[in-house]
Amino acid sequence: MTAPSPASEPRTDVARALKHAAIAGLVSFGMLLPLIGFRTIQDMRNELVLETRPLLLASFVLLTIAGSLLVSLVLVPWKQRRAAAHIPGESVRRAHWRAHVAKWLVPFALGFVVLYPVIVLLGTGFGGAVKWIDNFGIQILIYVMLGWGLNIVVGLAGLLDLGYVAFYAVGAYSYALLAKEFGLSFWILLPLAGTLSAFWGILLGFPVLRLRGDYLAIVTLAFGEIIRLILINWVDFTGGYAGVSGIPRPTFFGIPFNANDDGFAAVFGLEFTPLYRTIFLYYVILGLALLTAFVTVRLRRLPVGRAWEALREDEIACRSLGLNTTNTKLTAFAMGAMFGGFAGSFFAARQGFISPESFTFMESAIILAIVVLGGMGSMIGVAIAAVAMIGGTEIMRELEFLKLIFGQDFEPTQYRMLLFGLAMVLIMIWKPRGLISTREPSAFLKERKTVAATFVEEGRG
Amino acid sequence: MEVFVQQLINGITLGSIYGLIAIGYTMVFGIIGMVNFAHGDVFMVSSFIALVAALVLTTWLGISSVFLSLFIVLIVGMLLTSLVSWTIERLAYRPLRGSFRLAPLISAIGMSIFLMNFVQVAQGPRNKAVPPMLQQVIVVMERDGYEVTVSYRQLVIWAVTAFLLLAFWYVVSKTSLGRAQRACEQDQKMASLTGVDVDQTISITFVIGAALAAVAGTMYLMYYGVVSFSDGFVPGIKAFTAAVLGGIGSIPGAVIGGLLIGLIETMWSAYFSIDYKDVAAFSVLVITLIFLPQGILGRPEVEKV
Amino acid sequence: MIPDAILRVEHLTMRFGGLVAVHDLSFAARRGEITALIGPNGAGKTTVFNCITGFYKPTEGRIALNRGGPSLWNELDALTASSVRSRKGPGGSLYLLERMSDYLVTMDARVARTFQNIRLFRGMTVLENLLVAQHNKLMIASGFTLFGILGLPVYARAESAAIERAAAWLEKIGLIDRADDPAGDLPYGAQRRLEIARAMCTDPVLLCLDEPAAGLNPRESTELNELLLSIRDETDTSVLLIEHDMSVVMQISDHVVVLDYGVKISDGSREDVRNDPKVIAAYLGVEEDEVEAVASEVGL
Ligand SMILES: Nc1ncnc2c1ncn2[C@@H]1O[C@H](COP(=O)(O)OP(=O)(O)OP(=O)(O)O)[C@@H](O)[C@H]1O
Ligand SMILES: [Mg+2]
Repeated sequence: MTAPSPASEPRTDVARALKHAAIAGLVSFGMLLPLIGFRTIQDMRNELVLETRPLLLASFVLLTIAGSLLVSLVLVPWKQRRAAAHIPGESVRRAHWRAHVAKWLVPFALGFVVLYPVIVLLGTGFGGAVKWIDNFGIQILIYVMLGWGLNIVVGLAGLLDLGYVAFYAVGAYSYALLAKEFGLSFWILLPLAGTLSAFWGILLGFPVLRLRGDYLAIVTLAFGEIIRLILINWVDFTGGYAGVSGIPRPTFFGIPFNANDDGFAAVFGLEFTPLYRTIFLYYVILGLALLTAFVTVRLRRLPVGRAWEALREDEIACRSLGLNTTNTKLTAFAMGAMFGGFAGSFFAARQGFISPESFTFMESAIILAIVVLGGMGSMIGVAIAAVAMIGGTEIMRELEFLKLIFGQDFEPTQYRMLLFGLAMVLIMIWKPRGLISTREPSAFLKERKTVAATFVEEGRG
Repeated sequence: MEVFVQQLINGITLGSIYGLIAIGYTMVFGIIGMVNFAHGDVFMVSSFIALVAALVLTTWLGISSVFLSLFIVLIVGMLLTSLVSWTIERLAYRPLRGSFRLAPLISAIGMSIFLMNFVQVAQGPRNKAVPPMLQQVIVVMERDGYEVTVSYRQLVIWAVTAFLLLAFWYVVSKTSLGRAQRACEQDQKMASLTGVDVDQTISITFVIGAALAAVAGTMYLMYYGVVSFSDGFVPGIKAFTAAVLGGIGSIPGAVIGGLLIGLIETMWSAYFSIDYKDVAAFSVLVITLIFLPQGILGRPEVEKV
Repeated sequence: MIPDAILRVEHLTMRFGGLVAVHDLSFAARRGEITALIGPNGAGKTTVFNCITGFYKPTEGRIALNRGGPSLWNELDALTASSVRSRKGPGGSLYLLERMSDYLVTMDARVARTFQNIRLFRGMTVLENLLVAQHNKLMIASGFTLFGILGLPVYARAESAAIERAAAWLEKIGLIDRADDPAGDLPYGAQRRLEIARAMCTDPVLLCLDEPAAGLNPRESTELNELLLSIRDETDTSVLLIEHDMSVVMQISDHVVVLDYGVKISDGSREDVRNDPKVIAAYLGVEEDEVEAVASEVGL
């Protein structure tokens, strides 16, 4: 083989890039022709007719061609140049910088979330605050908590669980039904719902202990779906599709958040606004999430937590060291399920209404995506992923201005899940091990050194 | 008895559809050990492609022969769905091959979410109903006014499935492509050393799986006469159940598993409760995996210490 | 019958479908000695280990471990006739290992093992590997997690004791400076030593080592010999060792059992075994009566 002369190299590159772009354009034309080029709509007589969208199709194909050119002419050479120009000491400097960020990130983030309602109030005033605290603050924190809960099962113990939403549902329905039936308070039912979920975690965990890898994932998925289908079909107990409404809302030490004379606003001599309840709920979920974090951090330094991680690394070695792997797996399932249950009962209390709609497989997929995208086992990574993914999709609701660009028919919220799915794919390709893939050791002799991602196993369970 | 025979007929029809989808799962799992989570949505996309193609043929070109249009729809559906699946493999799975085990799974789940929402946005969230076709039925038996019937639609589904399975069986057992696939299943490194183009073989596996799913998608549309963007998930899971039940990695197993799942579902609906038919299918999945993880025709996995 | 045996394997047979990996094997390992199990590739050595440590359920035969005095062996038949898996005696219990699941063999009967293909927790630090090995002890100290969650000092004390113990072992295997590095980052020989130390941290009475010298260079091999001898002499742990390489075996083992095609062909002191024509035949892969001819040919 002869080495290509440096002069001719760029030319052939361009030719190749053009060829690739042409192929990409053709492929995208073929794929998109039926789905974008045509639209099936119902006419007056309720029959399906076709509408054509040649312009839209053409713009998609052109976009694909442009994208392909961009990748092969800009992105790939840039990557090659970066790989070639290896700056000595750069990785050290970067690690240093990262350690620096990590040191300040946690206290800063903590301060921010604690002050968040105040910041929102200052920023938006009373009018817009409910939306920002509820849609962003509470919503994201619920997913942070769910992510941290599932992180115990998937990230630490290495057991792939695609049916985590089942425990979320058990927690939610436990609270909803028990609160309506017996009128017990949120604070009594919260631990109860968590316990029930943990119990279900063990119950579902038992039969699947022997399974590994994708099989485990699929069985847990099936369990999640079975529980949802039971919630739908057992109408007498769960209300079926209609769900449960009128769920009692949490009170402030017995003082309800309503406009009555004994309500929170009246008791404290304030003017009634729904904001107080929202702020209260915000701090409740913040407390629950921090509890999850605290317990997980503690557990990681205890024998159980270390056993979880050892299980992820090598199950057979665990057994050879006298670890009861059955119990280890079950505690992981139970712990994860318990936090899911807490989050579920909070969700029910916050919404006041629940239905099986909220507990679809999609939720499990989102939570798992948050854990994997964040970096399995890394609590900071999971929190960042939750903020990015949930915050990102919530932001889509706010982009009303896009209507000015794309026309009044444009509904940005429609694209939320579309972009969510796309982001999952892209992040995996960009960082297959997630945003933070290093591991912090649970104990050290002289100094705490971060374990590089390449050594950490992902678990076969 | 009549009910049983009728459900048998319905079950085999449904089972053929599941079996066709299941082959895609089982082949991909066999060759790269990955659950192609987006396969159910590829099936759904193929239903939409078939829908558009059928509408173009009937309302624009005015082709009135049902069989001719069905034939063209099948061909177009198989081609374009294959293209979709090829692209997905190329963009979303290939870059992740050989990396972190969970990455392809998450990527596939992301792809599944993407496809579903893409179709929802592009074609609208409502169910798409097509006018029923091939409605004639043949009465197989009759007693006390209860007729057991086979519809032309069902016959077409059986015939097409049988023909395709034969053609497909020929490809994987008698051609060099089939040999290359089996070589990659055994050991990708060795296969590439002996001159097998591994990337291409994997691509073709996705393409074949998608083509069969496209047939299933067309049949599904013809059988039920309605499709929506969310119709990929449940049939996808059931087809996966079929693949697992038959023994994942085994192609005849996928067909047998598909038929079994179809039968379980129709029998359950007839004799127990139609509400819980999906619960029945999922329970079969759980029970199989727990008690017979290697499936009916699969080989057990040995744990070497 | 050896009265001071710690382990007795009797009529052990293990079949995999039609393949008989181990056939009617009986031998004993003495307390406080290094017993070597040798044999050519595929002889069934690892299979014997897997049966002893509960990873495989033997097709036939019994495996007994005695943690009490020699007189406890008299109870063996009574124990076998009963349906339980252990019997208490003065000073310790007698266990039927084939009745126990893998983790109980380590937790109760105190048999620890290493693997032919190293199985360290690669993503955990060297120290963490040794802490996982002390799991059961720490679990009790942490009040099955409850005290630990509450942050009681009982657990903190137990943990620092465990760390001290780990540090002592690291000192001994020369890895104290790498305590906080991931186990997967260590060179091969160090990983082998660490796996042995990890097994020792479970406080075993019997340590089963599957080809610990495989892949070591001569210097590392010598260090390993010293380590094994010190385990024999300084701890209460007896050693059962699989080795491929005769030279290692001949230097340190007190007693050698030779396996070929799943059958025991020789059993005795290293001198006995070294001069046994059957053993030489098995290793050279020739019939017994040809040994002398072949041996002189290759210059033995
Ligand atoms: N789980 C299993 N299933 C089927 N056959 C097995 C299994 N484990 C071991 N064998 C077979 O049993 C025989 C003995 O294997 P074993 O691993 O015990 O040999 P070994 O003496 O340890 O050999 P080596 O020196 O190569 O490690 C081999 O033929 C092997 O293939
Ligand atoms: Mg061996």
